[in-house]
Amino acid sequence: MIASLLAVDFTAPTVDYHALAPEIVLAAGLCIVLLVDLFVDERQRWITSTLAGFTLLGALIPVVTLAVIGDDTRYPLSGESLTGRYVVDEYALILKALFLLAGYVVVLMSADEIERGRYYQGEYYVLLLTSILGMVMMASSRDLISIFVALEFLSIPAYMLAAWNKRNSKGNEAGMKYYLLGVFASAIMLYGMSLLYGVTGTTLLSEIGPAITASGEFSGVHALAVAFIVVGFAFKVSAVPFHQWAPDVYEGAPTPITAFLSVASKAAGFVALTTLVFVAFPRADDVYQPFIFVLAAASMTIGNLLALRQTNIVRMFAYSSISQGGFILMPLTVAGVDGAGESALKAVVVYLVVYAATNLGAFAVIIAVARKTRSGEISSYGGLFSYAPALGVLMTIFLASLAGIPPLGGWFAKFGAFKAVLDAGTGWGYAIAIIAAINTVIAAAYYITVMREIWMKPVPDGDATPIRTPSSIQAALVITCGATIVLGVLPDLVGRFGDLADLTGALGR
Amino acid sequence: MDPISDQNWLLSLGTFLPLAGVLVMLLIPKKEELLHKQIALVTALGTLGVGIATLAAFDYDQSARLQFFVDTEWISVINSGYTVGLDGISLPMYFLSMVITVLVMIYSWNHIPSPGNPKAFLILMLVLQTGMAGTFIAQDLILFFVFFEVVLLPMYFMIGVWGGEQRQYASLKFFLYTMFGSALMLVAFLALYYKTGAESFSIPYLITEGINIDKDVAMWIFAGMFIGFAVKVPMFPFHTWLPDAHTQAPTQGSVILAAILLKLGTYGFIRIAIPVLPQAAVEWAPVIGVLAVIGIIYGALGCLAQTDMKRLIAFSSVAHMGFVMLGISTLTEMGINAALFGMVAHGLITGMLFFCAGSIKERYHTLEIKRLSGLLVQMPKLGWILGFCAMASLGLPGLAGFWGEFPAILSAYQPAPQLDVTLFRTLMVIAALGTVLAAAYLLWLYQRTAFGEPNPEFTGHGHAHSVGAAGNDEHHDDLHDVNVYEWVAWTPLLIAIVVFGVYPQLMFDVMDPAVTELVKVFHQ
Repeated sequence: MIASLLAVDFTAPTVDYHALAPEIVLAAGLCIVLLVDLFVDERQRWITSTLAGFTLLGALIPVVTLAVIGDDTRYPLSGESLTGRYVVDEYALILKALFLLAGYVVVLMSADEIERGRYYQGEYYVLLLTSILGMVMMASSRDLISIFVALEFLSIPAYMLAAWNKRNSKGNEAGMKYYLLGVFASAIMLYGMSLLYGVTGTTLLSEIGPAITASGEFSGVHALAVAFIVVGFAFKVSAVPFHQWAPDVYEGAPTPITAFLSVASKAAGFVALTTLVFVAFPRADDVYQPFIFVLAAASMTIGNLLALRQTNIVRMFAYSSISQGGFILMPLTVAGVDGAGESALKAVVVYLVVYAATNLGAFAVIIAVARKTRSGEISSYGGLFSYAPALGVLMTIFLASLAGIPPLGGWFAKFGAFKAVLDAGTGWGYAIAIIAAINTVIAAAYYITVMREIWMKPVPDGDATPIRTPSSIQAALVITCGATIVLGVLPDLVGRFGDLADLTGALGR
Repeated sequence: MDPISDQNWLLSLGTFLPLAGVLVMLLIPKKEELLHKQIALVTALGTLGVGIATLAAFDYDQSARLQFFVDTEWISVINSGYTVGLDGISLPMYFLSMVITVLVMIYSWNHIPSPGNPKAFLILMLVLQTGMAGTFIAQDLILFFVFFEVVLLPMYFMIGVWGGEQRQYASLKFFLYTMFGSALMLVAFLALYYKTGAESFSIPYLITEGINIDKDVAMWIFAGMFIGFAVKVPMFPFHTWLPDAHTQAPTQGSVILAAILLKLGTYGFIRIAIPVLPQAAVEWAPVIGVLAVIGIIYGALGCLAQTDMKRLIAFSSVAHMGFVMLGISTLTEMGINAALFGMVAHGLITGMLFFCAGSIKERYHTLEIKRLSGLLVQMPKLGWILGFCAMASLGLPGLAGFWGEFPAILSAYQPAPQLDVTLFRTLMVIAALGTVLAAAYLLWLYQRTAFGEPNPEFTGHGHAHSVGAAGNDEHHDDLHDVNVYEWVAWTPLLIAIVVFGVYPQLMFDVMDPAVTELVKVFHQ
């Protein structure tokens, strides 16, 4: 019996090491951080954060070289049944770069915060790197199994990171909630995936696409499978009505991790959803379109309305990120319409990049301000401009970008999303565009509340001592602010990525 | 009309130079106040220098064509280009924005409003300058939109931080109105893009293609742009943000708002809405004309009811912009020329009036008309300047204001052939009545503030001084006549008001060829 199993011909896959280099560097880096952490003295723990930062930058090098070399799609693992399951194309590369840079900024933001906590620094960075590795894998996954593995890879360390403040009941609540709902979502998604595999007989996305309508009729099982998968990801990206965990988790987790969850982890969910929608469900738009329409409309509207009422800045940002998520989902409602897919995909990619830069920057300011005020209340930002003008101006830039005011990155992201749904020219498209337009104005109201605090209100307790911002957070602010402005002025820098032909054409759709 | 591309770096230099000053100022600590003022002024002067070079290099024989034309790829994914150019329509406003910024910088030398912080104040002003100049050179709808929006936040903060008592309310109102207007404007731009085949956002391209849009659709698109621009102008009934914003803004903010920002709206009509959608413009023109005349009368009546001098000037802006819009609504060469002239004249005159109001406020700490009197006795020079500006504002022939109002009214006698003559002649008569009201409110204002004896409130301590009890009256110490910074900042405006009043041809010559080209479509 065993002999017969062993007798099966096993042909080793051909490995393209260059294409796989980012993952290899990350994996090696996280092992090194783990080992170094064992041997260094307590006082030299800063080494771990430095190493983590270098690992992320090191992993970025092959991403850049791959992007420079050419635009042909690469298969890091190719062999009989492996080709096409794990792919490196322009779409994957821009997203890998996004995850690595976002991760780097989070490391910069964490350095000071975690050092002061004085416990488990090494583990913190190992978990962070592991989660980023999962995201980097997600960008390349084109197969149900690799998507699921990447998703768990990025989620499980994130559950632990959310519960990092273990002596704080809110921290425990955050970790527990995130974990339970995350697992629940995974289970639903996995069920959907198993149904999909059952009816199509394959896990390869590019084969699921044609198979889903091969029988001519679209059966109930197909619909159920697609619906379950979309719901699973709706949890991950905290789309309304699957959003309840987000504000509590964001509030309880350490702020750098909140930034990480609201940007990178959320983006990973969107990446998977986008890949699935474009590659696996191109003919299933009857099912996912109304679904995503409702999710997008509800997310932006309810997220905004709840954000209006918040008095805590982190909770406000939690709801704001739910609402922004609605804008990212918006183009996907028209992904199946002929001619609109192209701009929909671009809109999602551009939005993810811009949103990451802006939101990370806003959280960097929140961390810097909280070092002084020890408070998360929006009112604690009163008079910030008078005693910390740089932070005040930076926060204004980030808020204005989130509100979509030109010439900051956010305007182009929003513009792209609008253009995508209008490109489609369908009733669904116009409807969601109107809802989104109204929401843009509502969102401006709460972003401007914070700006008013910063610029026009007096300092709450009269304590106007300047804020000393650690150099690592300064670096994070420079990167994010630079990206926010440059992306707004020269949107073409990212606009050229995310060609639809890249994602689907190479897979023989 | 093919554009001319010679020396096309001039416009970009003139527009973005202020940002170079901003970058330098960002690196210098806040407490170096004098240095900040110097850098800001030098930057503004440098920008003005580029503006003068632009004036010199402009080919006045070809003012109907876009000059210094640049058309490069900017956002290729949406077919939007970095397309800039200047013709006779935009040249006066482009240059005026640079002049006003310099004068406001000079005025700011010793007039930084509370709570101080010249660094931030001047940086915002320079950013504003880039946004204003950029709007006037943009020949691409997306580029136009971006520049149009760049002015939003700096103005919001200028009102909200350095403004008067009600500054937070006023700034929020300004922000929300403008945001609402620009949202509709953007939707209209997008619709225009799709209805012309999703090829380009370039304005010259859209002018050739826009005529083919189905008329019903064009009506809707025009409506979107109409509201977007009308909020900015502001036209009745979208004007309610203006009195609050003007009253609460610091002097410098009011001057920039009156002189340039309001013109972004009227300029949008002339540059985009009318040439791109002439078929819809013909249909909308009566509406614009009626609203404009309502604005003239309403603004004038509003003025008569005001007790605050700055608020009165703000309402007079509503009336004056009504004349500009009336000129535009006739869709004639004369009307649009008058409108363009009126834009510049209103910028010079109302800018000057706000300067006067600011200086009066600084000295008396009030602008309540009831409490002011005898300005001519106490500060004869300031009093005479105020009188001069009031005369210019009411449209006295020989001063610039006349050439904005009179031809605008006259043009309504013979509107474009497609328009209803009876309606426009009625509007003409009502608008002419508006000029009488304008004379009434301005002369009444002048009579109440400048004539008579000074209010004892501000002189009553005179004998206290004589007995040597100096220093117990801070008001009195402020009561000095026009100082040197004010002279330097104001003289160019005063001269310009006279020069353009005596020799309006100077500006009409530049604008007319471009306007003729623009209205050709209505006379075929």
